[in-house]
Amino acid sequence: MMWKEMTLTGWGRSSRATVAAGRPERARDLTALLGDHHARGVIAYGSGRSYGDAPLNDGGQVLLTGRLNRLLSFDADTGELVCEAGVTFADLQRVFLPRGFCVPVTPGTAFATIGGAVANDVHGKNHDRVGSFGDHVLWLDLVLASGAVERVSPDHHPELFAATIGGVGLTGVILHVCFRMIPVPSPWLTVREQRIADLDGFFDAFESVRDEADYSVGWIDGLARGRRLGRGILETAAFADGAVRPVAARRPRRVPVDLPGIALNPLSVALFNRLYYRRVPARGRSRAVPAERFFYPLDGLHDWNRIYGKRGFYQFQCVIPDDAARAGIRLALEEIGAARSASFLAVLKTLGGAGRGHLSFPMRGYTLALDFPRRDKAGALLVRLERIVLDHGGRVYLAKDAVLSADGFAAMYPGLADLRAVLAEVDPDRRFQSDLARRLGIAGRES
Amino acid sequence: MSAATWLVLGASSPVARAFAAAAAADGHGVLLAGRDLDDLERTAGDIAIRHGVAAEAVAFDATDYDSHGDIIASCRAKAAGTLNLFLAFAMMPEQADMEGDFALARATIEATYVGAASVLSAAVPMLEAQGRGHVVVLGSVAGDRGRLKNYVYGSAKAGLHTFVQGLRARLSSAGVSVTTVKPGFIDTGMTWGQPGLFLVASPEACARACLRYAERGADVRYFPWFWWGIMAIIKAIPERIFKRLSI
Repeated sequence: MMWKEMTLTGWGRSSRATVAAGRPERARDLTALLGDHHARGVIAYGSGRSYGDAPLNDGGQVLLTGRLNRLLSFDADTGELVCEAGVTFADLQRVFLPRGFCVPVTPGTAFATIGGAVANDVHGKNHDRVGSFGDHVLWLDLVLASGAVERVSPDHHPELFAATIGGVGLTGVILHVCFRMIPVPSPWLTVREQRIADLDGFFDAFESVRDEADYSVGWIDGLARGRRLGRGILETAAFADGAVRPVAARRPRRVPVDLPGIALNPLSVALFNRLYYRRVPARGRSRAVPAERFFYPLDGLHDWNRIYGKRGFYQFQCVIPDDAARAGIRLALEEIGAARSASFLAVLKTLGGAGRGHLSFPMRGYTLALDFPRRDKAGALLVRLERIVLDHGGRVYLAKDAVLSADGFAAMYPGLADLRAVLAEVDPDRRFQSDLARRLGIAGRES
Repeated sequence: MSAATWLVLGASSPVARAFAAAAAADGHGVLLAGRDLDDLERTAGDIAIRHGVAAEAVAFDATDYDSHGDIIASCRAKAAGTLNLFLAFAMMPEQADMEGDFALARATIEATYVGAASVLSAAVPMLEAQGRGHVVVLGSVAGDRGRLKNYVYGSAKAGLHTFVQGLRARLSSAGVSVTTVKPGFIDTGMTWGQPGLFLVASPEACARACLRYAERGADVRYFPWFWWGIMAIIKAIPERIFKRLSI
């Protein structure tokens, strides 16, 4: 039997879809499955680490790419790697960090797939220095709606390439990706942590480190208000030379059950956030940690999304351009603080510039990300945040999104017209569809 | 086991692929045999990169019987150390499709049973000459009793089980272990989307178990182990009752 009826969710578990899922075990299965047309279309689903509805297709088909997870070639001289799209970052880091190579860009979870990294043009804590994942893709092989496999790169089918980088899976199924791993002197990072007293302090600190630090990330207490607004910890990091003695890696733990909704309340979260802030001594500290611990702080807690209970949560991530960032991020944090919507730490980072995709998220500016439990007032808060982002010339990250409006989306993503032109050409019959694409009218508003 | 080479026959299947990876993780070389060379070369590349062992794709067609002797000989020539065999190929169309189409039923029997008997026979002189090594044959719980829903495939596996029993006796005097593994439900394309499955095991777990059984020189094993009990019950049902069951 080729298709299996199942219910899938995004990582936030706020979006849910009943789908017919196909799970190709080799390239030819993929072609066969694509040939089995469905009126509601099909979308590739990697590890399900997008938070919202990007990989979901309610009432239609999805293709689970997890078994297409082989490393096809690796050149240790150039770092050039070719792999199938279902390979995860965890896989790559496990194989290559001990050999002195690291992925050039990694999202905050290692469980994401390389196909997902391309389709969402993901960024890491080094965006200012090296750009997003799509900037490192030398070429990729794409299975089109017709079943034909097309190799696309910045030189070969550049329009299709630009439509696929950050294209949320709508141009086809990514089969192989070629990119360069970067040589690193050790599998450890020297991480400097310092307390930052308030939001202005954060912007000042980022202005001085964003051009120098290889990696930087800020953790903000989303519940701090008034003069403490934006209080948090700034981490900067660089790969350590081989001589350091890192702190021990932690054993993964698991959230065994859905926690009840009451577990996350303003008091418990405020306590956690306060402890997180106090953990770092007032004078700051510097230490070597295993790379995975810096890159993937939450991966040590498997199924952490269950902390938010059955109803799930929303993640909100936006970027606001440099000149409007101080005002925009402040306004957003004030809204969030006023809503008292319990959230763990918010993440503040800098982004260096635009990506190569028509729908690439990055632009030069500051990006803020945080979670909200899915409660009644969360929807209204997200609407206000969308407004703030629009008013400050920013955009919302589709990989995290479950609620953005189609109008807001169109205003935030000026590359949309170019993407639509490509889609009209390569997939006129809309073989590729998703809940996200329908919600945002990405391929054109529903007729 | 000191480093050996595993010839994996039918290496595109998920259990076989996982078996090759598990063997490679233990430092053994792998020869990946099957028809889909493009796919096998991907797996070979993956294993070579991850585990740093020799990994190569080998063209093999279960029903091209005349070729089996040469394939075994060339694999023996290529392999470092002892050459072991993991036989994982089979064909399992829907029973209903075979009922109106004997050609399909025959192809199933040929690929699943005759092909296996052929390549195992071709390997016997090599294994005897080697005087050591392991053979693992993937059987099936479907071969333990002919069922309404799956008897063509089941009969081929039953034939294979019996063949392998004899082969075990023959090779035991040569110091070669022969292990039959009868998997229950494994999470592969064969079971994907099938209704009524329970306790489905991962291909990786099945593969690791197969490797462990081989190292211990086990004879017949169910995987997961509790299928022994399930099949004991199914085999014990009197035929006059069993024939009325639609399982």
